[in-house]
Amino acid sequence: MCRGMIGKKIGMTGYFTPDGSHVPVTVVELGPCVVTQIKTKETDGYNALQLGFGSKKKTHTNKPLAGHLKKCGSDLFNVLKEFPVDNPDEYKVGQKITLDMFDVGEFVDGSGISKGRGFSGVIKRHGFHGGKATHGSHSHRIPGSIGCSAWPAKVIKGKKMPGHYGNERKTMKNIQIVNIRPEENLILLKGSLPGHKAGIVEINKLKINK
Amino acid sequence: MDVIKSLEHEQMRLDLPNFQAGDTVKVHVKIKEGEKERIQVFKGVVISKCNGKLNATFTVRKVSYGIGVERIFPFHSPIIDQIEVVTRGRVRRSKIYYLRNLKGKATRIKERRFK
Repeated sequence: MCRGMIGKKIGMTGYFTPDGSHVPVTVVELGPCVVTQIKTKETDGYNALQLGFGSKKKTHTNKPLAGHLKKCGSDLFNVLKEFPVDNPDEYKVGQKITLDMFDVGEFVDGSGISKGRGFSGVIKRHGFHGGKATHGSHSHRIPGSIGCSAWPAKVIKGKKMPGHYGNERKTMKNIQIVNIRPEENLILLKGSLPGHKAGIVEINKLKINK
Repeated sequence: MDVIKSLEHEQMRLDLPNFQAGDTVKVHVKIKEGEKERIQVFKGVVISKCNGKLNATFTVRKVSYGIGVERIFPFHSPIIDQIEVVTRGRVRRSKIYYLRNLKGKATRIKERRFK
């Protein structure tokens, strides 16, 4: 079975469960994805499905990619991603994959590109506490000492410092599926997902099912 | 955004009556005890309404055995079976928190009459 799917984050809202509790949910438009290529152990060394999602103008697609996508006989896709699969013989190129493989109450992993924060200080980037605000203090948001003196006479590698923050792949693990709407291709996940609205996210099944 | 709006609109309770602060209401709350479900009535004065689409809430205050009890209900919660408006009260502000400092006869609210 295919392990995951590609989707688009739509936004967040609340959802009332039947027992009356109100949970925060992220709404994701998940799929439908199309199988664009099947990779097998004999030809590629591993079993995987390449899935396509979204749409793109023809003028924005180069000829090699358009040629590659012609084989599945479908539109031009915005995103192509690979997902591991146990048995690639079950699938055909051009086959549509919908969110039937997920169940309500199941736990999944969600990955995406986090919001870019640019060059950030240590308080925002690493959660440092910062210095005193008043009483003659001038160290408000500075990191403070970054090491010792004559020994080791260098800054230790990996020291948390200001720098570029965000705009990298992040994964939220064990998110519960609150509701699924197959006719609209919508999935409601409890809590948040990385990235901004309309960002591309990847929803994966857990390797060990809970 | 339209998807979010339609999702929120789907969950909204449009069947509940319109009421405002100062009104006395009976809130019928569904309570689950194991397998059985029963209904409990919470009667009191609405002292505030907090707007906010799906997140809207209202607070009901009553005095039970001499102790003031307040309960905040999410307006669109499915645990609310029905809301009955017993009396409509005439108050001059939308949040009547001053009721908390009053006792006995002073907590009476004038009834709102419709011409």
